[in-house]
Amino acid sequence: MHQFIVLTLNGLTSGAVYAALALALVLIWRSTRVLNFAQGAMAMFTTYVALSVIDRGGSYWLAVLVALATGFVLGGVLERVLMRRVESGPPLNAVIVTLGLFIFLEALAPMIWGGTTRSFPAHFSIVGFTVGSKHIALSPFDLYTLVAVLVVMATLVALFRFTDVGLRMRAAAFAPEVSRLLGVRVGRMLTLGWALAALVGSLSGVLIAPVVLLSPNFMDAVLVFGFTAAILGGLDSPVGAVVGGIGLGLALSYIGGYLSPDLETLGAFVILIGVLMMRPEGIFAGSAQRRV
Amino acid sequence: MVSGGHEEGVVTDAPGGRVDTAPAPTGDASPPRPGPPLGAALTVGVVALALALAIGVALASHHGPLVPWTITVIGGLLAVGASVGWLTLPANPLLRHLAVAGVAGLLLLLFSDHVSAFSDFQIAQVAYYVPAAAGLTLLVGWNGQLSLGHGALMAIGAYTVAVLMAHNPTFPVIALILAAVVVTGLAGAVIGVAAARLRGPYLAGATLALAVALPELATRYSGTLGGAQGLPVRPLGVPTWLSETFPAERWLAWVGIVSGLVVLVLLANLMRSGIGRRLRTVRDDEVAASLAGVNVARTQVMAFVVSAACAGLAGALYGFATSLANPAAFSLILSLSLVTAIVIGGLGSLAGAVLGATALVFVPRLTTNVSNRFKLDTSVKGNLPLAVYGLLLVLAMLTFPDGIVGGLRRLARFVTPRHRSPPAGSAGTAPSTSAPAATAPTTSAAAATAPAGDVQGPPAG
Repeated sequence: MHQFIVLTLNGLTSGAVYAALALALVLIWRSTRVLNFAQGAMAMFTTYVALSVIDRGGSYWLAVLVALATGFVLGGVLERVLMRRVESGPPLNAVIVTLGLFIFLEALAPMIWGGTTRSFPAHFSIVGFTVGSKHIALSPFDLYTLVAVLVVMATLVALFRFTDVGLRMRAAAFAPEVSRLLGVRVGRMLTLGWALAALVGSLSGVLIAPVVLLSPNFMDAVLVFGFTAAILGGLDSPVGAVVGGIGLGLALSYIGGYLSPDLETLGAFVILIGVLMMRPEGIFAGSAQRRV
Repeated sequence: MVSGGHEEGVVTDAPGGRVDTAPAPTGDASPPRPGPPLGAALTVGVVALALALAIGVALASHHGPLVPWTITVIGGLLAVGASVGWLTLPANPLLRHLAVAGVAGLLLLLFSDHVSAFSDFQIAQVAYYVPAAAGLTLLVGWNGQLSLGHGALMAIGAYTVAVLMAHNPTFPVIALILAAVVVTGLAGAVIGVAAARLRGPYLAGATLALAVALPELATRYSGTLGGAQGLPVRPLGVPTWLSETFPAERWLAWVGIVSGLVVLVLLANLMRSGIGRRLRTVRDDEVAASLAGVNVARTQVMAFVVSAACAGLAGALYGFATSLANPAAFSLILSLSLVTAIVIGGLGSLAGAVLGATALVFVPRLTTNVSNRFKLDTSVKGNLPLAVYGLLLVLAMLTFPDGIVGGLRRLARFVTPRHRSPPAGSAGTAPSTSAPAATAPTTSAAAATAPAGDVQGPPAG
């Protein structure tokens, strides 16, 4: 029973990180019908930026802030400069551009920061709280991870629900032509969407980095997990992405704990294929109009 | 190698191929080829014969009498066969492909015999990328299924060889290679059944997951698969009928050249056949294809199996070349490099695949030279090739989406602006201007700057 609780808490934490990346993928997919395969590499890049802020003596909070800001700018610039030119073409072209970015960023990072694995400092202890005489698996850092993801998501929901910009972004994603006629700067909204998505992705990078070691391809597995989570949620729904992320985190934690820690990525692959075969519209999606 | 690429270019671009394989949907009425191709047949025959003789003479100097005679006889037969074939069956693609491949092969063998062992090894490297890239270009360019997992399929091929070798060291090489092809083809069938139900980004994501996840099996079953260190692969032994001083790298290159050409001929033939038409029909419009009686799912699975079998062969050759099957070699980066190769070469073109495979070997060499020249840091040096691939992919999509071969074709059309209907078969020419309305929430100005983004994709699902 104790192990179950441990695994559940671990699963929740890593699930929150996967949810963040899944959310980034979903935000971009919803607005541009592009699956951004460079999402993980972008997050990796901003995490390295954060690390170099810490290396120069900056505080952890400054580093996180810089990472998020870099992500925001990077996402916006990439959309405006590159993706804008291929979004109107066949879907394969946009996918290939994101793959090119993926390779480029994974090559650029070790050029700047060296190819050796680095550890990323955790601002909070990663030793579990003690309740009475017993250690529980939840550490202050886990708690911080959960809170950070929840805060960012709540902010996003508030942005989309209650602000004018959010309404315009939703309109631009939902019906670009009509929105344009009604005076929404659709292009600008897409740029903003990419920027926000990259910001959320960056968050997943800085949150997972202390747990795994930092290397140029450390986000590859997280990208797979994030994609799986997004598929679990139906790829179209932000709420689904979050629920899918948490669910996947739990499932992988149980697989790693009860079966073998080597099987996490493989487990995610099996889950992914299973969902795509059985319920391609996602477990939580209401409508099933699109053929996968 | 570049000359080899050009020879293959003839394979795929030969205009006569269009006579018997005019794209079915358009009912293209191509004009009959004028005149008997007597001159071409004679030329090919004479060239092949001369080549065979030249090689024989060249080889005789350092390999004793047996090899040169064998090669001369084979070359002579090829020459006669090619000219007879060209003469009697001008529109028979198999014979033409065989003839061109024979000439290309002879040229390559001759070339490989006169270069250093290091260059031979580079030829071998190109040769193991060629089948993988060719198979992938069939799958992506002709059938519209984007796979990011072909590196993992290559791993299956290499591990098949390594495991069988460890199990029984006396297996002949040809059996090992065939086993790799069959096992990987079977794996491709399993993946293909799943893939046939997926479209566009879903398929790409699923195969990406495969590429990341599959190497984990090596550590999970480290008893059989050797963990992170991988399994050793015994290098190809130089057969005894060659001279004792024959370099192992050259033999590796020869095996690679022959395997690569066999794959190219088979694929070129497949593409010109009814199967090739079905592949394209499914890619362009699944509903129309099934209405026309094409079994969409079966066609897609078949494409995946063929493509995977090619990757398995590539993996086996890779194992022989590096003497190792280890998980790190078959990373996601390898899969993405293969995608890079076929995109910059020209999606859907075998010549493009060969050019791309060549680029995968020579871009790193080029960047190493540049790094040494400018005394760049080792971390820069090691990653420069990948950075170049990434940039090339992005640039290709923005500026030349139909790759090098597409560029050459455009150039050829520019130089000889006569007959020839727009190439209906090539992957890069579907009109993209009709697509934007559905998916394009961009400003019209931006859309206008990117008119040609048309690597043919699967229909938006």
